[in-house]
Order: sequence, then structure tokens, then C-alpha cells
Amino acid sequence: MKNNYTLEVKNLQVWYEDQQVLKQISVKIPKGKITALIGASGSGKSTFLRSLNRILETNPVVKIDGLVKIGGQKIYEPTTDLIELRRKVGMVFQSPTPFPKSIYENVAFGLKVAGVKPNQSKKPWWQIFEQKRTANEIENSEDFMDKVVVNSLKEAALWKEVKDRLHTSALKLSGGQQQRLCIARAIAVQPEILLLDEPCSALDPISTKKIEELLLKLSDKYTIVIVTHNLHQAKRISDHIGFFHLGEMIEFGESQYIFEKPEQKLTKEYVGGHFG
Amino acid sequence: MKNSFKYITYLTLSLLLIVVILLFEQGGSVLSWQFLSKNWSHVDILKGGIYPAIIGTLWLGLGVMLISFPVGFLSGLYLTEYMNHGRLKRFLILVIRNLAGIPSVVYGMFGLALFVRFFGFGSSLLSAILTLSVMTLPWVITASIEALEALPKSWREASLALGATKWQTLLNVIIPAAIPTSLTGGIVANARAMGETAPIIVVGATFYLSKLPDSLDDKFMALPYHVFILATQHSSQHAGAYAAATALVLITISFGMSAIGMSLRYYLRKKLEG
Repeated sequence: MKNNYTLEVKNLQVWYEDQQVLKQISVKIPKGKITALIGASGSGKSTFLRSLNRILETNPVVKIDGLVKIGGQKIYEPTTDLIELRRKVGMVFQSPTPFPKSIYENVAFGLKVAGVKPNQSKKPWWQIFEQKRTANEIENSEDFMDKVVVNSLKEAALWKEVKDRLHTSALKLSGGQQQRLCIARAIAVQPEILLLDEPCSALDPISTKKIEELLLKLSDKYTIVIVTHNLHQAKRISDHIGFFHLGEMIEFGESQYIFEKPEQKLTKEYVGGHFG
Repeated sequence: MKNSFKYITYLTLSLLLIVVILLFEQGGSVLSWQFLSKNWSHVDILKGGIYPAIIGTLWLGLGVMLISFPVGFLSGLYLTEYMNHGRLKRFLILVIRNLAGIPSVVYGMFGLALFVRFFGFGSSLLSAILTLSVMTLPWVITASIEALEALPKSWREASLALGATKWQTLLNVIIPAAIPTSLTGGIVANARAMGETAPIIVVGATFYLSKLPDSLDDKFMALPYHVFILATQHSSQHAGAYAAATALVLITISFGMSAIGMSLRYYLRKKLEG
């Protein structure tokens, strides 16, 4: 049974300076499913998400207490390898965050910082000004980095749109494409878990639909945890839902039950649109 | 109201233009290949040129750039990326901003005390480079801080979330993106340093040398000081024309530096944004 859960959280508490923003959160998030975290602004759902890859603590005023286990390993131990943890737990942010680099370099970024040498480095220095490699060359390349970049872009349903401009800046892509690029960049390091913090809040409905389809497809391979403001989105894509209110997780369960017969009155009011 | 602003703007710009025109009128006749390429002739200034002063000023500019840009940029990097927000940081930034307002001759005295005397570098090109580097540091640091703070916080988080270390994040994402803007600050500061007269008189510039500086320990000639002497203290009847012509060369070098800086920045930015 234990293997059915990727993420186990016990009594997680978080403070910003003296203000407690997460209170005694305990939850088990199932493996290979999409879990949506819903709740009003300021309910703590993003804070919770950001505690799962320990990106939360980059803010120096944050204090964290409690237990988080990923694949059975406690991640808040002094011996935890942060780099390894963050490779295992990918993250996509609210607004797209492409780096001011080419599309190819963006997707290859995680590999590069992990020490994978790019194919180009084997070229002698005087060839750096030579013609950039074509989409075909990269697609058929045997190089590890090329393969990962191509596969990640394909997995993120972006390859066809960008294959002929892999060397142009990622900042030239549309918002929706940039967000899918960020998903490609996150899965290029082959994580087990993908955290998404309101990934569609800055996007138009068509781009949103593309991302939702993509997430449904990716849920075969990855455990996905997505924070969303959009109840319809939660309904469309999630298997499980956690409802947050004022720093507490009020209810966690299968999506259908949360929407149809929630146990808590607050949940019922929230999914019924009485507040939020 | 809008119109009066417009006239003030045009008036200011035309003053600049008038300066250049007057310099041309005064010194245009002196400009020649000989003027640019020959050593200074002390007795009959018509026989020589200002070549050593041009070279001196270029060495000075190069030296200042090589020292003040890296030191200033790294200081800005430390202040923005490593130092915790707090009183000490605000205090340091306040001090740096104020250092930019200190008169240049004070930097000259500082250089005289520290580099010439205390470190024993003597009146030399090295002392002048170090003095002007210290003088330009506040501008470079301020420009670097502004460039670094303008970058989105989300880049730093996204990079860390991909398993990059802090140093990898700085090296691969933050530094390349901040360099173009910082460089502009560095080049503007450098152009000003090359035009400074007061500090270099104190630490190593001379009016007349028979040879170019061979090493950093040598004294050197420099354009701004040359203009100053020609305009105020030289007995030759052509001194005025020579001063104007020398000033024209100095302005041209300054503009040239700025132009190189702007194109470099444009190129780097284009490369960044694709």
C-alpha cells in the first residue's frame, strides 16, 4: 500500500516571521495522479506547494516545521541533498519563467547545471560561427543532451511549433508556449513529481486548454500537484483535491466526492461558489 | 508649458553643439595627421603633435575599465545577491551613492596619499589608473545594482528549482543578463574618468615627456591636462588653437568610447533576447 503514495506530509507548519500561514497539514498524495490544491487567495496552497521542493526557504523570513516524505525519504533532514531533491521534484511557476536564452538552451538548462556536456563542446573552437544545427540534425542526433531536449519538447507538445527556431530566444514565444517550454524544461531533468503553481492564471483559454491536455497526458508518467484558482480546471483534470482555508487543509479526497458530497461545510460553500 | 520645456531642451542641446563649433573654429586649422601622430615638440609646438597624450589617455581608459568594471560589478553582485536586507546594506548603498558625489580632486589627494606615497607606486600611470578606478567605482557599483535588481526574481527561483546551485544560477542566468546594463554604466563612468584633469595632475600626469610610458611605473601625458596647460600657461601664440584642437580629440575619444559601449550593449542585449 505504501507505494501508492509519492508524497507524505505530517504536521507541516509554516510561519512568515511571526505569522503562521500553514497549520498542521497532514496529507498523503497518491502516485501517478493529478492532485489539485484549491482555496481562496492567502489560504496557504502555494506556500504548501513551495514547501515540497524546499524552494520556500529561499525566502529568509520563513520558518518550517514538520515532516515531508518523498518516495519514503524525509526531505527536511540536515543530510538532504537539495540539488537532488529539486531534480526529483520539478516546478512550474505562475507566470512563465523562460530564461533569456535560446529555446534549446532553456530545455537543456537542468542537464547543463547537472554537469552534462553539450554536443557542441566537441566542435573545435573555430567552428563556433558555423551554421547552427537544423531541427533534423538535432532530432536524429545520438547525443544524450539532444535526445533529452527533443523528447522533452515532444512530451510538452511543443516540438512541432518550435523545431525550426530552437536557436532563437525563448522570450519570443507566446505566453502559452513559454509555459509549455517551462514544463519541457522541468521534465528534461526527469523528475518524479511535477509541481505547478497556478500555471494557467496568466494564459488565455486556448493556451489553458492545451496545458490541461498536456497535464492529463503527463499524469501517466509523473505525479502532478497543481495549485489552481479555477474550480472548473480542478474538476476537469484532477483525480484528487485538497481544499485549503486560512492555512489549514480542510478536506482532501477524490475530486468527485469533493465536488458532489464534501464532508465539510466550508468545502461545500467554496465549491458551491459562496466565497473565494 | 509643453513648449517652454521643448525650448529649454533645444537650448541645452544647442549649447553642446556651440561648444563643438567653437572648438572647431579655434582649433580646426591645427588638426592634421602630424598633430595626431607626432611626439610633442616643446620649443616650437607647430613641429610636434599630441600623440603621447592620446596614448596616455587611452592607456588610462583601458586600465580603469579593466579594474573598475570587474571590481564594481562583483561588489554590486555581492550587495544584491548575497547580502541580507537590513540596516548594514542600506547604509553601505547610501555610502556608495554619496561617494559618487565627492569632488574628483579629493580622489586625487586620496590617491596621492594611498597609492603614490603609502604603497610607493610613485607618480605614475599605475597610481593614476588606481585613483581613477576608485573614483569611478561608485558609478559602476550603482549601475550594477540597478541592473541586477531589475532582473525578475522568478529567474532565480526557476533556476534553483531545476537543481542549479546559487552560483550556477548567478553564472548562467543572472550575470549574463545583468552585464549589458552594468557595462553601460561602466563605460559612461570610464568616459568621464578619461576627461578628468584634477586627480591625474596630483598622481602622475605631466605636460611634457620625450617618450611614451614603457611601463605602469612611468609618468605619462594625458589629453585633459594637456588642454589645461595649453589654455592657461603656455607662451606660444598658437597655444589657444592647440588647446582647442586637443579638446576636440578628447571629445571625439569620449564619444567614441560611448559609441562602442552602446553598440556592445546593443549587441549583448540582442543576443540575449534573440
